[in-house]
Amino acid sequence: MSGSRAAESSLLALSQQEELEDLPKDDSLSSSEDEGDSDGERKHQKLLEAISSLDGKNRQKLAERSEASLKVSEFNVSSEGSGEKLVLSDLLKPIKTSSSVAAVKKQLTRVKSKKTVELPLHREEIERIHREVAFNKTSQVLSKWDPIVLKNRQAEQLVFPLGKPQSAFAPIEHVLSGWKARTPLEQEIFNLLHKNKQPVTDPLLTPVEKASLKAMSLEEAKMRRAELQRARALQSYYEARARREKKIKSKKYHKVLKKGKAKQALKDFEKLRKVNPAAALEELEKLEKARMMERMSLKHQNSGKWAKSKAIMARYDLEARQAMQEQLARNKELTQKIQRASESEEEEEGAGEEGEPLVPDVVNEVQAKVNGPNPWMFRNQSSDATEPEIQEDPDEGAEPAGHEASESEDEEGPVAEEDILLKEFEERRSLRQKSGLSGPVGSPETKDSSSQEVLSELRALAQKLNKENHRSGRQEVSAARTGTILEVQRDEPAEEQEEPLLLQRPERAQTLDELEKLGREGCLQNKELPRAAVEGQRLKTNPNNHLGAIPKEKKRKEQMIDLQNLLTTKSPSVKSLAVPTTVEELEDEEERDQRQMIKEAFAGDDVIRDFLKEKREAVEASKPKDVDLTLPGWGEWGGVGLKPSAKKRRRFLIKTPEGPPRKDKNLPNVILSEQRNIHAAAHQVRVLPYPFTHHQQFERTIQTPIGSTWNTQRAFQKLTAPKVVTKPGHIIKPITAEDVGYRSSSRSDLSVVQRNPKRLSIRHKKQLKQNSVD
Amino acid sequence: MKVKMLSRNPDNYVRETKLDLQRVPRNYDPTLHPFEVPREYVRALNATKLERVFAKPFLASLDGHRDGVNCLAKHPKSLATVLSGACDGEVRIWNLTKRKCIRTIQAHEGFVRGICTRFCGTSFFTVGDDKTVKQWKMDGPSCGEEEEPLHTILGKTVYTGIDHHWKEGIFATCGQQVDIWDEQRTNPICSMTWGFDSISSVKFNPIETFLLGSCASDRNIVLYDMRQATPLKKVILDMRTNTIGWNPMEAFIFTAANEDYNLYTFDMRALDTPVMVHMDHVSAVLDVDYSPTGKEFVSASFDKSIRIFPVDKSRSREVYHTKRMQHVICVKWTSDSKYIMCGSDEMNIRLWKANASEKLGVLTSREKAATDYNQKLKEKFQHHPHIKRISRHRHLPKSIYSQIQEQRIMKEARRRKELNRIKHSKPGSVRIVSEKKKHIVAVVK
Repeated sequence: MSGSRAAESSLLALSQQEELEDLPKDDSLSSSEDEGDSDGERKHQKLLEAISSLDGKNRQKLAERSEASLKVSEFNVSSEGSGEKLVLSDLLKPIKTSSSVAAVKKQLTRVKSKKTVELPLHREEIERIHREVAFNKTSQVLSKWDPIVLKNRQAEQLVFPLGKPQSAFAPIEHVLSGWKARTPLEQEIFNLLHKNKQPVTDPLLTPVEKASLKAMSLEEAKMRRAELQRARALQSYYEARARREKKIKSKKYHKVLKKGKAKQALKDFEKLRKVNPAAALEELEKLEKARMMERMSLKHQNSGKWAKSKAIMARYDLEARQAMQEQLARNKELTQKIQRASESEEEEEGAGEEGEPLVPDVVNEVQAKVNGPNPWMFRNQSSDATEPEIQEDPDEGAEPAGHEASESEDEEGPVAEEDILLKEFEERRSLRQKSGLSGPVGSPETKDSSSQEVLSELRALAQKLNKENHRSGRQEVSAARTGTILEVQRDEPAEEQEEPLLLQRPERAQTLDELEKLGREGCLQNKELPRAAVEGQRLKTNPNNHLGAIPKEKKRKEQMIDLQNLLTTKSPSVKSLAVPTTVEELEDEEERDQRQMIKEAFAGDDVIRDFLKEKREAVEASKPKDVDLTLPGWGEWGGVGLKPSAKKRRRFLIKTPEGPPRKDKNLPNVILSEQRNIHAAAHQVRVLPYPFTHHQQFERTIQTPIGSTWNTQRAFQKLTAPKVVTKPGHIIKPITAEDVGYRSSSRSDLSVVQRNPKRLSIRHKKQLKQNSVD
Repeated sequence: MKVKMLSRNPDNYVRETKLDLQRVPRNYDPTLHPFEVPREYVRALNATKLERVFAKPFLASLDGHRDGVNCLAKHPKSLATVLSGACDGEVRIWNLTKRKCIRTIQAHEGFVRGICTRFCGTSFFTVGDDKTVKQWKMDGPSCGEEEEPLHTILGKTVYTGIDHHWKEGIFATCGQQVDIWDEQRTNPICSMTWGFDSISSVKFNPIETFLLGSCASDRNIVLYDMRQATPLKKVILDMRTNTIGWNPMEAFIFTAANEDYNLYTFDMRALDTPVMVHMDHVSAVLDVDYSPTGKEFVSASFDKSIRIFPVDKSRSREVYHTKRMQHVICVKWTSDSKYIMCGSDEMNIRLWKANASEKLGVLTSREKAATDYNQKLKEKFQHHPHIKRISRHRHLPKSIYSQIQEQRIMKEARRRKELNRIKHSKPGSVRIVSEKKKHIVAVVK
């Protein structure tokens, strides 16, 4: 509403204005008829404008005006193209074209187009431009040599005269084709060769190979090759692994490995039994067969070379004894199983025997052998009988000691007791055998009876043993419950195993002296002393049980360098080095022997002490000294024997600051001198030489040897190859473009010169000018 | 029972023939050969000492000239032939193996200023003080024939030097201007000048054969392009350059022998700074010649010595002198890079070994391996003070020695003065000019 009102008010205003304006106009203009018309028109226009302005935007336009004065000049000539210039030729142009005027016109245009000639450049300037252009050109030409020059400068080796590299060796076919047989002998040989169609050269592939190659496609071949490669790699991998494992010396490792395998096998078998009983049965059969095979062999019989040697060693060597016992246990295990089986078998056999009483003994024996059990057992038992016999002697010696031993060494007690029991058993066995010798030895009845007896005896023995064990307060063996000799035997190695472990504990604290003693013992053991002596030695072996050896030890202690004393005071690390544990000691016995020998040989000179003293002196010498500036007698009473007072001394003593810690502070057997050695300095490089940027670079070049003492022939030749090689008597020509594979310019210098290039083309000149402007 | 025994393949230790070397099995275990560095050091020290012991470079003196030898030329095809021109106009051709003069020609009246051989070795050119250029046959005249030049060119001015193109029948002479001549014509096909002064020597570039270098007595070196018949650039040095020599392996490298006791090696594309300034002479350097391998050059000096410089070193590696050798005017390195010839004032041409301690003649392979090894050892330990001292030690004539000392003092004084000047002036007002730039006055385009 308000908007429309405003518009109306503006319209009103406009109409009023119009009326005001109209008045003077009417006056000025001459009275004409179409006044009213024009007035009406204008009003209409205005009205239109007012309406159009109603929509908010003020679109008032200026009214167009045209002035007559421009169109009509005073000369009555229209000046429409006022921008154009009046051209002379236009004036000349007649109404009709005439030939004479055209020529003049042409002349006129030519005159106009011509400019003034520039002053020519100075001759020197021109020459300078020429020179510059020529120089740039030449530089470009020369820069093609840059890479070659650089390459030659950096080349490891340059061989002069330069030229094409020597052609490679020609293939033999080419050589042969060029060669002709001349002498009759050669011809004869040639004929022979060709008669047999002998190939002249060794062909890489035989015809068969070629055919096979053709037969197999490339991919197939590749696959096959890959397969083969993989197989080979795997094989080599397994081989390497096996070798590595075989190399492991640790017995424990192998034991564990074996045990683990056995366990795994058992587990597998159990699983198989649950899953597939038939297969398990088969497996069992297989196992049985394997066992039989093993029994057929003479393994675990204590009859092998190894076993024999061990039997000899067993007297002195704990480990050997242990090993033997282990073997015996295995044997027992084998036989024991048979026993159990034989019990059932016995009846069968017995039945069989009843059926076939006429079968001779020998056949029976053979049969028994095939079935497995009896003869083996017997043999074993007899070997058992021999085995403890071997062991007897040391045990005899050890017995009293074992009995007299105090509580501390009780651990050996059970073993000894076991031995005694075994011996008893042995004696009885031998007695029985002796008695049974008169009867038919091979008869199964006697065997059976004897075996029964043995069993009962063993049980009794085991029970006895068990009791004893209990009495000694050990929770050792559970032999009584099982009641078989096998388990007694089985326990033995276990006990033996434990022995060293138990023994180690007190011995770990051993000092050098004891080690020495041990070493001495080892020496003695190596020599073949009479048995008694060995036994005596054995008595001494256990460090804990004999007191008589102590004074001897002390004596020895005094004789040898008191290493421990010296080194332990210095640093703890050395102590740990010098006092190895007994386990180590056992392992490297040889080394220890050697050390022992060296020690004995140089018993007199106390090298280590000397060294330590020397070091102490060196340390003292290198320490900065305090400066004492006291003046005796100054400000005090003078006289002979008067010392400056402590206060004064304290005041004038200048203490030097402690330097950095010595580098050899923690190295007990090294003296590091940090002083500069002038004798060595004369041979040392003082400043880093030019091409090197870091001293390590330089040191590395010095440290790599180039001589043939340290390098193979090939490497030596490579390392010592001279930088420039020249052939004597050969003229070395300057390098040419052909030498390095560039195309040399075909134009000769002469022809270019003769063309007289002083006359330069216009284009060239223009270029020159441009250059000069630049 | 397993028996262990040694078994060896006889192929490993039996020689095939008696002449074969015995096979020596070696164990390269480093623990068996300790102290590598000290041992090699001792070997290097011994090698260095032996090198000095065997350093006998002087081989022969060719005498016969009756005046100072002014110029030398190598035969392009024969190693044994060398040509020399003397100050009395006499040219002699020498056989080096026989160490005898095989031909004598009275070529000019006055000095023989320049001599050069044609690239094919059939003839040679001489220029003399009598304003003539003469071409001679290399072979002597047959019996009864007179010794006459093939061609004689009479010029208007004195020619001071000549050089032959390396591949074509063109030669260049210098005097008041550089003239390029076709062998068939009596007028130069083009002559190039830049300023007015006497040009003392002109040399063709052996690789880019259209390039020439010349040096004039107004202290400048000018390079020319023969194909475009225009000079290229001019560099003005402190003092006059006597000759230049182009590197035969590097197309843009040349060395200028200067009167200010130094030699300057330039890259011709950048003349404002020499690549290297070679200092060691104590008097004007009169001639320079590159080894054909391009690795070294030899310079002849007015101080009665010749020196061998490695291209990339500013100090010489070798100095040769003898008691009787006077001012050395010309020097040449033979084309097999084994020998050096120098002609001096006192009418003799001397032949030297390029490597003073090198053994001449055929070497066995073991000898060669040993020398190579020694060389490498010397190289490896060259920075060690003892070895450095021994290898650098040279006996010098008293005159040269004292001059070196004197010049060292002078140089030190100059350096000190400059330092003082810098110290006592406003920072930045005194420009420090490097040794290389110091001697270049200007480069004219």
